[in-house]
Amino acid sequence: MKKRVLAVVALALVMSMALTACGTGAKESEGPFKVALVYIGPPGDLGWTYEHDRGRKAVEAEFGDDVETTYIESVEEGPDAARVIRQYAQEGYDMIFATSFGYMDPMFEVAEEFPDVIFEHCSGYKTLDNMGTYFGRIYQPRYLAGLVAGSMTEVNNIGYVAAFPIPEVIRGINAFTLGVRDANPEATVTVVWTNTWYDPVKEREAAIALLDAGVDIVTQHQDTTEPQKAAQERGALSIGYDSDMRAFVGDTVLTSPMWNWETYYIDTIRQAMDGKWETHQYWGGLSDGVVKLAEFSPKVPQDVRDLVADAQKAIIDDDDIFCGPINAQDGSVLVAEGACMDDAGKLSMMVFVEGVVGTIPAQ
Amino acid sequence: MKLELRKRESISRRAAIVVPLASFGVSLLFGAILLIVSGANPLQTYAAMAGGAFGSVNGLTEVLVKSIPLILTGLGVALAFRMRFWNIGAEGQLTMGAVAAAGVALFWSQGMPAWTILPLSLLAGCIAGAVWAGVPAILKAFLNVDETLTTLMLNYVAVLYSEHLYYVAWRAPNYNSGTERIPEFAWLPRIAGRAHAGIFIGLAIAVLLWAVFRYTRWGFELKIIGANPTAARYLGISIARNIVVTLLVSGAISGLAGAGEVLGLTRRLQQGISVGYGYTAIIIAWMAQLNPLGVVLVAFLMAALAVGGDQIQMRMRLPASVGVVLQGMLLIPMLAGSIFREYSLHVSRARNQESRIENREDTDRQEDDAVDGEAAETGGANGSSRSRGTGGAAGTLRSGGTEGSAGSLRSGGTGGSA
Repeated sequence: MKKRVLAVVALALVMSMALTACGTGAKESEGPFKVALVYIGPPGDLGWTYEHDRGRKAVEAEFGDDVETTYIESVEEGPDAARVIRQYAQEGYDMIFATSFGYMDPMFEVAEEFPDVIFEHCSGYKTLDNMGTYFGRIYQPRYLAGLVAGSMTEVNNIGYVAAFPIPEVIRGINAFTLGVRDANPEATVTVVWTNTWYDPVKEREAAIALLDAGVDIVTQHQDTTEPQKAAQERGALSIGYDSDMRAFVGDTVLTSPMWNWETYYIDTIRQAMDGKWETHQYWGGLSDGVVKLAEFSPKVPQDVRDLVADAQKAIIDDDDIFCGPINAQDGSVLVAEGACMDDAGKLSMMVFVEGVVGTIPAQ
Repeated sequence: MKLELRKRESISRRAAIVVPLASFGVSLLFGAILLIVSGANPLQTYAAMAGGAFGSVNGLTEVLVKSIPLILTGLGVALAFRMRFWNIGAEGQLTMGAVAAAGVALFWSQGMPAWTILPLSLLAGCIAGAVWAGVPAILKAFLNVDETLTTLMLNYVAVLYSEHLYYVAWRAPNYNSGTERIPEFAWLPRIAGRAHAGIFIGLAIAVLLWAVFRYTRWGFELKIIGANPTAARYLGISIARNIVVTLLVSGAISGLAGAGEVLGLTRRLQQGISVGYGYTAIIIAWMAQLNPLGVVLVAFLMAALAVGGDQIQMRMRLPASVGVVLQGMLLIPMLAGSIFREYSLHVSRARNQESRIENREDTDRQEDDAVDGEAAETGGANGSSRSRGTGGAAGTLRSGGTEGSAGSLRSGGTGGSA
């Protein structure tokens, strides 16, 4: 039995060497600017990764032959990510984007090794001279979506399928709930956690649990359209996320807070090509267009659209979502009247606001 | 015409070499069909995969990185499978090993000499893995609870528990998932790239297990229990004790795999440690025919397949799902092919074509007779199996009868007195 295994290994080695010899050619020194993106899910998720891939395609359309882009999908956060990022760096890619929080440490580790390669990490906070971060204030359109949901719920109870108990997700729930309560002080938002970014089955099940508990509108933070589909099958409404999910599910999706990376990717890659790229921590909002609210479903009445339009203008003029008075879930004062939460407070938010039903798993 | 598998009387040298080579060839062929259907050139794809795994120092060290947990869990599984204890729980044992090692390295490092933390963390990983395998072992040994279910179910418990720790209880501030980094003095040293000293532990255990299987009484007992538990009982081998001891060791080895991942690779407890090594280990153990040295080689190959598999996306631009399907298609013929090592395929023709088989050798003729006899429910070949069956039945009847009558007597007696 040992021989059998040995034979297999020997053959594999011989084949690999023979094939490698003709497989890898020398890399040309001149050529297009090479960009690689590391995705957490497949671009076909119609959500988070879909939007990043739309950004990538916009880059290809903008620069044509001057830029070559590639991507790898469904890379596990953790040790596997470092291998993939290092491989791109070694193969001569000029710029690497990693589009999930869990890639932060693996990318940081590789970025230290390759000072001549530019690294960009989405949603993290660690930077180097050759590693920047980028993200968007998705909480702004989430607040607007909350206004829609609060106006249109008939049972005053909205379901929220939440991803992980981290500031980014909690900030989104809070912004959404503030919107709901500004439109309808009676309404509450019920939260369930899945601890997933991309798990269509779990996310559907969580939505069904919320629908069983009696909510009539569902929204979510993960990368799939399953909660929206589950709501539609039950005759309920929903709010999308990541992309304009109405295009994939139908008019029961009232609207969607969505990402739009096209401009950011084109701009930052152009800076890198021109040698003008500098490390940064980008956190753009509605005013930059990196986040926005998708087109409304025909089901959304005009008075609600007007309400949203006014609020959107106010946010672009002066980001005042997390301005007092805001109470925490337990009734204590979170932001006093006349005060506003600064970015540091928003980035470390770990309590719910009043109106949220559910708990943040205790540390 | 009839296809028939016949057990080989002895495993020929030729079969031992030809069968795996042929299986590998069929694997590549199957894969090629998939690749052509997906619109890729199979030769280029295989070249890219081989290049990714073996074509650079970085690739090779990454193959080593992946090999370490696969070798250790493969050994843990092979050890349990030797005695036909179906330990499907290597994934959970690895996970608990990772949890315990991280726990010790993170929270016990105060007030202890720094140099003790690494060995203590490794030991904690072993113990946690052993406990996780020990519970199903005790249930099996003393209550005869099916180990396939208990070991499998404990995987979910372990993975969910570790998730609770790195998402909630032990999560470092500002992290989605993951604890604080463990202190540097608890790191398992790295030897090349990210490949760490765990590889030496894996190799040492492989050699040790190989020697145990070959030269020790324990190894012999495992073999007997695996081959024939009844015979083992007659020989005075304690099956219950062997189950517990073997599974403690099996779990400890898988636990070590988890400890190695935490102490050598990720340096914190986080997502991405439990990624199915414990399940791949089952395939590895089988492909290696439960031979510890074979496990090392097969684990290395599987690691190469995983690392090379990146290239399916990175160079060939195929979706991740094609990569997963391709890896599966490469494995199936390799596993299925192993049956031809012990069995040979014969094509026998129906009786009315007698003229064609007249000049066959006598032995062949006899076997053909046996086949026909089998179909008619009489005849020579059935004789042996029938006698074997009878012997077995007598045995069960005897023991069953004794137990039964004793039971009925006892219950009868109770009934009478009441």
